[in-house]
Amino acid sequence: MKTIKFLAMFVAIGALAAFKSVAPVGYKVGDIATDFSLKNVDGKNVSLKDFKSAKGYIVVFTCNHCPYAQAYEDRIIALDKKYKSQGYPVIAINPNNPEKQKDDSFAKMQERAKDKKFAFPYLLDEGQKIFPQYGATKTPHVYILQKTAKGNVVKYIGAIDDNYEDAAAVKQKYVENAVDALVKGKEVTVKETKAIGCSIKA
Amino acid sequence: MLKKLRAFILGVILDDYNFTTMRFTIKIPVIAGIILLATLSTSCKEKADNIEVTTYEPQVPKADTTAIQPPKPLKVYSNDTVSVNAYEYSGLEYYLKQKNDTTYVVNFWATWCVPCVEELPHFEKINAKYKENKIKVILVSLDMAKMVETKLLPFINQKQLKSQVLLLRDPDADSWIPKVDSTWSGAIPATLIYNKDMRKFYERSFTYDELEKEISNFK
Repeated sequence: MKTIKFLAMFVAIGALAAFKSVAPVGYKVGDIATDFSLKNVDGKNVSLKDFKSAKGYIVVFTCNHCPYAQAYEDRIIALDKKYKSQGYPVIAINPNNPEKQKDDSFAKMQERAKDKKFAFPYLLDEGQKIFPQYGATKTPHVYILQKTAKGNVVKYIGAIDDNYEDAAAVKQKYVENAVDALVKGKEVTVKETKAIGCSIKA
Repeated sequence: MLKKLRAFILGVILDDYNFTTMRFTIKIPVIAGIILLATLSTSCKEKADNIEVTTYEPQVPKADTTAIQPPKPLKVYSNDTVSVNAYEYSGLEYYLKQKNDTTYVVNFWATWCVPCVEELPHFEKINAKYKENKIKVILVSLDMAKMVETKLLPFINQKQLKSQVLLLRDPDADSWIPKVDSTWSGAIPATLIYNKDMRKFYERSFTYDELEKEISNFK
């Protein structure tokens, strides 16, 4: 009887494991990320290819309303400040549909960018077409891209660091570690992390 | 025992119906599982005809977590009327791994998460309606520590939440998100439904009918 139970459990675990191995949609590390042309808060469209001298990009899906995005706002500004000069500018994209989330309207984005003096593009994913291609599910959600002859290769997907609540208590700066490695021509060690975020409202 | 096996097979079959909208790769092991279980169930029945039931009935293992006490909370937040236990993931895990006759519906939410707040009444309704049917709702709040006293406790008061509310206070999310479920990207709302035989994770919102239907698969 015990054997039967054990076997049943084994089969159940097998079924579960198979279910879990289904790949999520969107990019995996190593994939080539699409470029886009999205409207910036200054009214002009921005594409990755506009950054001629960039070596790569820190693409951050973020927004106004989400407390996690807010908690990371200053850290996103700091990332741009630190890495733009090293060839890795921040490109922030608001993936939310403003009709579903009023605080993430284009006008509110402009307000926020002005108040916080964003020195990086803050783009609206109009029609919510770009974030599904990347596979972003929440804000904030980071994709670090490296410019290569083949295109912009995804080098890191995930969280900015390991403490959304307290920037002072951070132990692992995932994004900084990844960009530092890329700048030095090294492999990124932690390629993927997960973080809590607000689900994207398409 | 036979009843249990049948219920389990039924569970797997029902599960397979749910899987049809997903990728086909998952079906093969599930179908294989059904075939294997069907075979086992038959052989079990043959044995049952020959051997007295009483000889192996006592061998059915008892729920193995009954002796374990709930973990000590990291902190207890309370005001005049409500009290919420805060846990790190290691403490919360106890509530995600019960092995008894109850089906647990564990919803991850936060007061600031609009779609979470919208679906909370559905979870409350399930908790009230199926109280006598061994279904228990646990609402795991991901509110930030600084919001607990100003937002979470007043919210529980105001909405008169009757389901158990716990606070997960563990900002190193990458360390525990994959332990809740390997498919979870970290977006909320998210819900885990499990009992001792089945476990399913949903990174999505529910209507009441959808939620009730999902839970019905766990009986």
